[in-house]
Amino acid sequence: MIATMIHQVVVTILTAILVENLVLSKFLGMCPFLGVTQKTSTAAGMGVAVTFVVVVTAGLAWILNVTLLVPNKMEYLQTMTYILIIAALVQFVETVVRKFIPPLYKALGIYLPLITTNCAVLGVPLLNTAKNYDLGMSLVYSFGAGAGFTLALILFSGVRERMDRADIPATLKGIPSALFAATLVSMSFFGFQGLFAQ
Amino acid sequence: MSSHAEMHGIATPMAESPKAWDIVIAGLIKENPTLKMVLGCCPTLAVTTAAGNGLGMGLATTAVLMFSNFAISLLRNVIPDKVRIPSYIIIIAGFVTVVMYVLKAWLPELDKALGIYIPLIVANCILLARAEMFAAKFKPFPSFLDGLAMGLGFTMALFSISTVREILGNGTWFGLTLTKNLWTPAVLLILPPGGFLAFGLVITAMNKATGGKVVAPACHTCSPETGTCLDPVGGAK
Repeated sequence: MIATMIHQVVVTILTAILVENLVLSKFLGMCPFLGVTQKTSTAAGMGVAVTFVVVVTAGLAWILNVTLLVPNKMEYLQTMTYILIIAALVQFVETVVRKFIPPLYKALGIYLPLITTNCAVLGVPLLNTAKNYDLGMSLVYSFGAGAGFTLALILFSGVRERMDRADIPATLKGIPSALFAATLVSMSFFGFQGLFAQ
Repeated sequence: MSSHAEMHGIATPMAESPKAWDIVIAGLIKENPTLKMVLGCCPTLAVTTAAGNGLGMGLATTAVLMFSNFAISLLRNVIPDKVRIPSYIIIIAGFVTVVMYVLKAWLPELDKALGIYIPLIVANCILLARAEMFAAKFKPFPSFLDGLAMGLGFTMALFSISTVREILGNGTWFGLTLTKNLWTPAVLLILPPGGFLAFGLVITAMNKATGGKVVAPACHTCSPETGTCLDPVGGAK
């Protein structure tokens, strides 16, 4: 019983990180993927901040969805509820962390306001709802998705740090070359397809 | 007077709206939200595997953008400055929900194909950026037109990217067989990596067409404070 549970958790996390990578196969959170991957340290900071907010949001979204929206047949308010949770949560976390854990605020503070309009944070609760996960699985999947997001950002920032020093034609500089590099990174992740029999 | 107000981003009824023609040209070409500003990348990459999906996503976003711009402009002197971003998001989320259920009712197949990317229109930077940069300053009808023009600019970009991907990746266009029987399609283009590749190619073409200049003020993360760029990258480095 416990063995199957552990197996399920591990498979879900690995699937979320490698097979269904949030950025490289679902294209969620493209903005930070292209925006804050100039340096590895910022990429890691953004990744951790997003993972934290995604897990808490997914938990709250699940609770509100199951206790409030579904029993009252108000599923049509899901999108609005989730985005409100995110907006309120980000504000709340920012205030609390600034007040009580200053070192963490120093590390993550600047990323928090960027998260409100990050589609990864809204996308994960929506995916959880679409996949009909229970609370435990929602949290596990959200953690895996956040870890996958962090991994993609860190890997890609490595590529971009190298690319900064390359001699690239003017037309391709900036966004186009970043997109071509992302093609290759995404292709390498594509190799994980079919890692687990679905 | 009006230029002073515009400079400081103050919403005054005095602010003169740009001419209709300028709004249309800005939305479609000069400030094309996808190809010039590189906003709203998620749907641009995710749903452009078939021309029909790209077109549908673009038009759905256009519908939301027109009405959210119109509503936000109507309320621009009522919404307190400090809570304007959450207010805009709620207005946008309302219209997204309407569009989502309209699609579910009349175009269930498109709704199925676009999946969670329809509710994710809420998190599309283009909407918040236009609310903050245009609708919060100008009158309802120019704002409506701005939404229409920006939406069509977005649709145009999505349509061109999805056309490239469907023809090269699947040998079809809107499901009609074109080159499928002539040679084997490059399946890569309709797989996730192909999204990055096709978007990169279309932006490169746009760069080349506009005089070989590097893509303009590229901004990737909308500030919840101002709805505009927080990390201008792109041409900078």
